[in-house]
Amino acid sequence: MSLSIRNLLKSYVEPDGRRLPILNVKQFDIASGEQVCLVGSSGCGKSTLLNVISGITTADSGTIHIDGIEVTRLPEPSRDRFRAQKLGYVFQTFNLLPAFTALENVLLGMSFSGGKADRKHATELLDRVGLKHRMHHRPTKLSVGEQQRVAVARALANRPSLLLADEPTANVDSSNQDNILKLILEASRENNVSLLLVTHSPDVAKQFTRVDKLSDFNTPGAAA
Amino acid sequence: MNILTIAYKSLRFRALASALTALSVALGIMMMVAVLVIYGIVGETFSQRSVGVGLVIGPKGSDLGMVLNSIYRVGRAGEPMPYAFYKDILLGKDKEWADWIDHAIPLTMGDVTEEGAFPIVGTTAEYFTVEYVPGRRFMMRGELPLQPFEAVIGSRVAAHNGWDLGSEFRLVHGGAESDHIHNETFKVVGVLAATGTANDKTAFVNLDGFYMVAGHEKPVGEAVRRLRDFGFTVTPEREARLERMAAHIQKEHEMTNRMLEEAKKAGQPPPKIVPHNHETPDEFKEVSYIFVRTKKPSQSIFLTGLINEGKIAQAINPIPVMYQLMNDLVGNVRLVLLVLTGLIVVVAGVGIFVSIYNSMADRRREIAIMRSLGAHRMTVLGIILGEAMLLCIGGGILGLLLGHGLVVIAAPIVEAKAGLILNPWKFEPVELALFPVLLILAAAVGILPGLTAYRTDVAQSLSE
Repeated sequence: MSLSIRNLLKSYVEPDGRRLPILNVKQFDIASGEQVCLVGSSGCGKSTLLNVISGITTADSGTIHIDGIEVTRLPEPSRDRFRAQKLGYVFQTFNLLPAFTALENVLLGMSFSGGKADRKHATELLDRVGLKHRMHHRPTKLSVGEQQRVAVARALANRPSLLLADEPTANVDSSNQDNILKLILEASRENNVSLLLVTHSPDVAKQFTRVDKLSDFNTPGAAA
Repeated sequence: MNILTIAYKSLRFRALASALTALSVALGIMMMVAVLVIYGIVGETFSQRSVGVGLVIGPKGSDLGMVLNSIYRVGRAGEPMPYAFYKDILLGKDKEWADWIDHAIPLTMGDVTEEGAFPIVGTTAEYFTVEYVPGRRFMMRGELPLQPFEAVIGSRVAAHNGWDLGSEFRLVHGGAESDHIHNETFKVVGVLAATGTANDKTAFVNLDGFYMVAGHEKPVGEAVRRLRDFGFTVTPEREARLERMAAHIQKEHEMTNRMLEEAKKAGQPPPKIVPHNHETPDEFKEVSYIFVRTKKPSQSIFLTGLINEGKIAQAINPIPVMYQLMNDLVGNVRLVLLVLTGLIVVVAGVGIFVSIYNSMADRRREIAIMRSLGAHRMTVLGIILGEAMLLCIGGGILGLLLGHGLVVIAAPIVEAKAGLILNPWKFEPVELALFPVLLILAAAVGILPGLTAYRTDVAQSLSE
């Protein structure tokens, strides 16, 4: 089992002090190497779920196991290290660092994992996403499609066991949409990486064999 | 990619802002280094390392005034001492210090060169054979001024007036503001290499020649009074002999004046004044100061005590006097300048703080992205501190180079104006302390923006 979530609760405190429940997930699992598309309307908690899984945000309660490790019990520094080593994250807005070239963006992801930045592997990844010739360009010199491909390469840089993708095609044009999606699916399959991709696009969802609706297993209004 | 590399690339991305911020530090450090180097030289000039004189003996008066005038050629000499004090008392064979003295060099001062108004020092050739600062002797082109009306000039005098071996010059009596120009000309027979001391701005003339200059002989009445002040007995017979000598000398001077007037009337250039044939009696001679070095340091202390017991002359070790001046005045000026330049560096540091802190609002997302990639809070704090450190150290190194570069530019100007020889690449040990100070400054200005990075809410910043 690559990802296993049990009794996960997450809420935000509103300015007036009231708690706003966002997530209430009894059970959610992804097998090793499995590719899952999670659909839901905007604001339903898809991004929050990814943030909680990645440890960017902490859950109020419940457990999340990734590769057998209960990440919800890890202290923050260990969670950071775990995120760098075991998870890849592709954002809707690419989130490349503008001060760094495409290659450096990929190497940066490696640097934070505690290991040595493997320039050869980074170059191979950029070659895999078709950007070897653009690897010394900064993000501002790349098209949006190219930027997202760099983001995919960066997400795979540390050979993660779980790839999280948050609306990765929402900000690219339709011709790039298919390419990006195809790249994510193929790259995760080639590297035997489990994939959890969230989207509200039916076109994207169609590309997956397993499509889950968040509202089917997330009941934030229900009592814990 | 380590923290410093990431910090460097972030700075490089904001190249203009980073460069301007580092430049502000560099300018502060530049001024600080320039102050340190220049004051290091000034301090050295007024310190033990730059004074080769053991004792200065002169008429009773201000210690500082005597040292400044005799060694640094600043200000005016007091009323001189009779030459007999030098010859019969200081060099007296019957005195208890007779065996202590290694050398005693008389100096007469008061006149300046007609051109450039450089101070004139009448002295003996021995002046140029002893160390002018410990371990350093004069380097000279030409010869020693062994004959009357021969002169040796300092490097700055030569450069300023365009004089060289064979050049001739006249003296202005009593200082630059006097309009009495002596008729006698002195010929340059030696040119000193630059020493970085007041010798560079001095024209030395043969002591006997100095005494032969018309008007330099003391009037009989004053000479006798001064001799008596110093405890010498002047009999009426001796006084009468002096009167006869004075009349003879006066006749020679009148003859010279007549020749000059006739030439002037005939519209001819003034004839070259032939040195007088007479020998100036010792009673008419005076010395402003005597530079003395004893064979042993302890003898210097005893000699000082013995001379100072009298009421008319004093012996001074110039080093403590100058040390006092350095501490009381020059040292305080240095401190004030260092504090001011230090404040400039602090202001530059505040500039770095403002620059980094302001950029934090724009960079929250960058920080959040790094955190989402697995960077620890301490890592992002380190990156921000690294940026502050690189700006401070980079600015510091640039400032060091600019500071010494400034001294390169200032050196010829300072040398020309003040006679101080600056070595632009002389490294003051205190400059090493700048780097730990800069690191502390970097930590101080980087910590708050760093903590902002440390506390960045990743999820919120990514969603903005």
